[in-house]
Amino acid sequence: MYPFTYERASSLPDSVQGLRRDPEAKLLAGGMTLLPTMKMRLAAPTRLIDIARLADLRGITRDGNAIVIGAAQRHGEVATDPTVRDAIPALAELAGHIGDPQVRARGTLGGSIANNDPAADYPAALLGLDATVITDRRSIAAADFFLGLFSTALEPDEIIRAVRFALPRRAAYAKFAQAASGYAMAGVMVAQLDAGIRVAVTGAGPGVFRWREAEAALASKWSADAIADCALDAGALNTDLHGSAAYRAQLVRVMAAQAIGQLN
Amino acid sequence: MKVELTVNGKTQSMQCEDRTLLVDLLREQIGLTGTHVGCDTSQCGCCTVHLDGQAVKSCTVLAAQADGSSITTIEGLAHGDTLHPVQQAFSACHGLQCGYCTPGMIMASTDLLRRHPDPTDEQIREGLAGNLCRCTGYVNIVAAVKQAASLMRAGGKQSA
Repeated sequence: MYPFTYERASSLPDSVQGLRRDPEAKLLAGGMTLLPTMKMRLAAPTRLIDIARLADLRGITRDGNAIVIGAAQRHGEVATDPTVRDAIPALAELAGHIGDPQVRARGTLGGSIANNDPAADYPAALLGLDATVITDRRSIAAADFFLGLFSTALEPDEIIRAVRFALPRRAAYAKFAQAASGYAMAGVMVAQLDAGIRVAVTGAGPGVFRWREAEAALASKWSADAIADCALDAGALNTDLHGSAAYRAQLVRVMAAQAIGQLN
Repeated sequence: MKVELTVNGKTQSMQCEDRTLLVDLLREQIGLTGTHVGCDTSQCGCCTVHLDGQAVKSCTVLAAQADGSSITTIEGLAHGDTLHPVQQAFSACHGLQCGYCTPGMIMASTDLLRRHPDPTDEQIREGLAGNLCRCTGYVNIVAAVKQAASLMRAGGKQSA
């Protein structure tokens, strides 16, 4: 790693000021992506502002028909939290299969979605469950938050405080993990919301996306068979050393069917 | 910068660079070389230690992030000459060949047994998903964790 200055944030406003003062500063939460990236010298921030212990970013609360999860909640905490397990078991399951136990002990919800890795799990949860990202200054619907490959709607000095998940009627997540990394080759969140059916796909394309053809098919017939012949444009999916776009398209179908199967 | 850590029960204050990794502080400044560096890319889990009671990969934690925390390394598990039940079981079941991954395996296993005192094979394999062994094929490692679990449950009953 190149040298940098480390500081432990004292408050959320101070952290925002820190980002404004130094455009090359980065926020550090769990560090499960940022630190490896810095070790490989793919990133070289001048300053790390450690926000992991800020009380404003911690906590999991039930708020009427929703749960609100602080940005600094670790994956392992979300996976085992009784409130999450009771209200949205699919979200707890998703969090419990990110990376490995050591990664889940450190990595955070806010860090994952701010990074918006195209193969990360949480973006599928947020988009599939129609969640709202709450920052230090505004609320952003998940559909407006994720802008493709490692891009989000966040301003350079904006900090995620929490994510609000309205309770779905039912939801399930299925992922085919890359064997070495644990990242999704294809991960599909299928949810029945008051607003309709959502099918959100991660790992397969350049960013999380809604598979709208499958949503329409499931709305007319709730069955894994309904999506068997649904259009899915493999041309828009990723090809890399782990698999071709056509292979990923097939995985998306299989994972979607498995998620639907979990709900039947 | 200055960091204060309680390592294996002993609180110490040290100077390090802001970029110093926890594993480097443990190995090079404190001399606890039982914590290994296998891959240095957070894949292999050789560097696993307990940070405030939870298994973490110390090659991917800054010493600065751990400031004020308690760390347990492989050197802190045994009580004097009496090995920790997980260490005893790894020895008895021959859950190792070259031994390079073993400190990390044992630290991850003790964390897994804290969460699952009577684990299934699947829970063991999932609990050790962040640790790679290139020699054994994991069969004896899983057997060792099972044996450790029963040793620890029996020990718990005796002391209860």
